[in-house]
Parts: sequence; C-alpha cells; structure tokens
Amino acid sequence: MRADRRGTARARDRARVIELGGVSRRYGEREALSDISISLQQGQTLVVFGPNGAGKTTLLRILATLLRPHEGEVRVLGRPLPAEGWAVRGRIGLLGHEPLLYRELSARENLRFHARLHGVAAERVQELLEAVGMTHRAEEPLRELSRGMVQRVAVARAVLHDPELLLLDEPYANLDPAAREQVAGLIGKGWNPTRPDPTRPRTRVICSHDPSGGVAEADVVLGLREGRTALLGAAADVEPSEIAGLYG
Amino acid sequence: MSAAAGGATDLATGPAATPLAGEPARTPARPPGTLATVAALLRKEYLVELRTLESVPGMALFAVSTFVVFHFALHQSSVSGDEAAGILWVTLLFAAMLGVNRLFVADAEQGGFDGFLLAPVDRTALLAAKALALLSYLVALEVVAVPAFGLLLDPALGHALPELLLVLALADVGVALIGTLVAALAVQTRARDLLGPLLALPLLVPIVIGAAGASAPLLRVPLAQASPVRWLVTLALYDLVFGLIAYAVFDFLLED
Repeated sequence: MRADRRGTARARDRARVIELGGVSRRYGEREALSDISISLQQGQTLVVFGPNGAGKTTLLRILATLLRPHEGEVRVLGRPLPAEGWAVRGRIGLLGHEPLLYRELSARENLRFHARLHGVAAERVQELLEAVGMTHRAEEPLRELSRGMVQRVAVARAVLHDPELLLLDEPYANLDPAAREQVAGLIGKGWNPTRPDPTRPRTRVICSHDPSGGVAEADVVLGLREGRTALLGAAADVEPSEIAGLYG
Repeated sequence: MSAAAGGATDLATGPAATPLAGEPARTPARPPGTLATVAALLRKEYLVELRTLESVPGMALFAVSTFVVFHFALHQSSVSGDEAAGILWVTLLFAAMLGVNRLFVADAEQGGFDGFLLAPVDRTALLAAKALALLSYLVALEVVAVPAFGLLLDPALGHALPELLLVLALADVGVALIGTLVAALAVQTRARDLLGPLLALPLLVPIVIGAAGASAPLLRVPLAQASPVRWLVTLALYDLVFGLIAYAVFDFLLED
C-alpha cells in the first residue's frame, strides 16, 4: 500500500514539468523577480500577465536555463536548475523578444543552422517554412524581411526540435491575422507535426498582454507586478478585471 | 482571485492536452557530436562574414595602411632584422585586434549566443569554432599583409619565407585562442570595444615577443646563423598553455 503511494507520488512528480519555489532574481540593486512559487503539470499552459518590467522575461529566461536565480529552487522537466541545465536544454523551445536569428542569413539558412545544432533532419526545415508560410521568402536575408515575417521564422526556430516545454514571450507580436492563425497552430497543443510523442503533451508558458486571448489559452494564470506574484490561479477562476488591474 | 505571493501553489489540476488519435510519434532528435557542432558553427561564421565583410577586409586594409605609413615615416628604402620584425608583428597584432573585437558581435547583437546556449551541444564547440574562424581570418590577413610588407618595406622576405610561415602559424594559433577567450568575455560587457583590447594586449605581448624574436634573425641581412628554435618552442608552449586555459574556462564565460 505504502509502495503504491510512493509510486503514485513519483509519477505525479515526473508529470510536473515546472516547479518554482521562492525564486528571486536581481539585476544589481533592482529585484526583477521576488519569491515566485508555482507548479505546472505536463500538458498545461501557464499564461503570465503583467506590465512592462514586471519580470515576465526574467521568469522565461530562468526557465530556459539562460539565467540563474539568486534565491529559490527551480526544477524544469524533473531536473534541478541550473545544476542540470544541460539535461533539459534540447527539450525546451524559447521564443523571446529577440528572434535568436542572424539578420544576414536567410530564413532557410537560420533554420538549417539551428537544425544542425539540435540534430534535426533538414526536411523539418522545409516543413516548418511551409507551416509559417515563408517558403516564398525563404532565401532572402532576414534584414530584408518585415518584423512579422521574422517573428514567423522565430516561431519556426522555437518549435524546430519538437520541444516538450515551450516558453513564449508575446508570440503574436507583429503578426497579421493570417500569420497569427498559422503561428497559433504551430505553438498550440493540438498541431500534430510539432509534437514528438502523442503520449507526452506539450507544456507551455506564454507571456501575454492580451487578457481575453491569453486566458482562452491558459490553464493557469500568473500575474506579476514589480517582480512579485499579484495574481495566481486556475484560468477558469480568473476575472478579466483582475488581469486589467495588473496594468492599473 | 487573490494573490498567492510566496506560497507554493500546486495548480496541477487543470485539463491536460489530449493526444490526437492516430498521430504518428516523431523520433526524438539526436544531439550532434562536437565535430558536427563545430562544423555547423564554422559554416555559419563564414556565411555571416561573407555577407557582411566586417572582419577580414577591415583587418587587411588596416595592415596595408599601417605599412604605407611606416614606409613614409621611416624614410628608409628597406628595413631588416629587429626593426622589420617589430614593424611586422605590431602591425599584425593591431590588425588582429579588429577581428577579435568583431568575433562575437553578431552573436551578441542578434541573439545567436542564446540560440547556441539553448542547444543540447558541447559548449566547447563554440570555442573551437570561433578560434578556427579567427585563425582563418588571420591567415587571410597575412596573405594580403605579408606581400604588402615585402613590397612597401623591402625586408628581404624571399629567403626567410619558409621559416617565417612557421612563426606566423604558431603566433596565429596563440592569437586565435587568446582572442577568442577575451572576445567571449568582453562581448558581454557594455564597454566591449575598449575592454577587448585592454584585456587582450597584455596577454598577447608574450606572443609578440616570441614571434618578433623568432622573425628577427630570419629578416636580417645578411641572414643570421642563429636559429629561432628557442622562440618557436616558446610560442608553441604559450599556445599549449592558453589552449588548456581556454578549454578549462570557456564554459564558465558563457554562463550567466
């Protein structure tokens, strides 16, 4: 009986993709994140709201293994960070404010470069260029493309290696309605070609400034203000006015 | 909904995504080996350099311009020995600094650093690729600069060339390793254009001493009998030491 309980607890722990306990991060004297604690299960979507400078990007960068927390514990995909960051890097996809692409290279060259770094087959690049509607401009340097087009290529880069955990900072920024639809399919839960294994649904953390759109995608909502948790709960229980209050 | 600051909240009760029926499982990607990563990074380096022409042309132009200045400033029809070696190596060193300063700029400005750090690859591959890229830029620089040096300052290069190539190769390896290490450190600071040379020049002085010491007898007229072996061994040892130091610390330089 006790063994069963232990087994159940282990299975539950394995399914927890993100666990933050009292996480804080400073830049010099300024506290960008303070005492953030949250847990997210496999397949869930956490949407983070908050005004500019609230700590959303810092939170994403900590989860992506790019920043070390100054206090608190972080576990991502079952591994403690930053100690075992090496074990989870290839399983995380990050779409940040910066596209993480080279302006002088074309969309195809950029995606091929990242495909090589992740050990992904070259056919996947063509598949994603088609998915984001960029085949007709795939050979042009990114510096000659519009912001929206670069954002589409950046989304393709983020999902190139079929990550189990997707970290998305305003994924719909600069996109027209048609592109928005294409991108929504790619970064959603239900689009087949980007999911490595149907038994392991994708977990997502999305930073958003769109209350209605964000809540519609969310299972869990986190509101940040000046680096602190101002709102935390299941999406179904969150009132739009509470999100609007974060920006007041 | 109230704020739950500080308290660990398990909200793992929400709906999980349901896999679609009949969806094919994709074979997980296999991370590339170190050599494949170096090759991918090197390929990207050359593509970016070919598109921007930011490093090699600038380095070569600087070296040729400096030789022109020396040509007119020295009022001599030719140089030899210590003087020739000094002019050659100081010029090559400052020209190399231009390449060192640009080495990580595209990565830092365009987010390539983060893109690399997110990949499941051996991070030493970045050191190897950047050092190899810088080494090849130095070779390209010398393909232009050494003939220009011979043409403008007439240092009797002909008989010295085979051994001079060995000196150049050993010095280039050292400059590439130290330059890569310093560039990786400096690029993460706001004052990178200043910090790069300030950190690199003291570390590169032993290479200039060794390379000039090895080159001076080769450029002497008549050709000196003294062999530059002592200086070549010094250069090789310095390269080895900095190769090991770079290998040991590079990973830490990339960390937050």
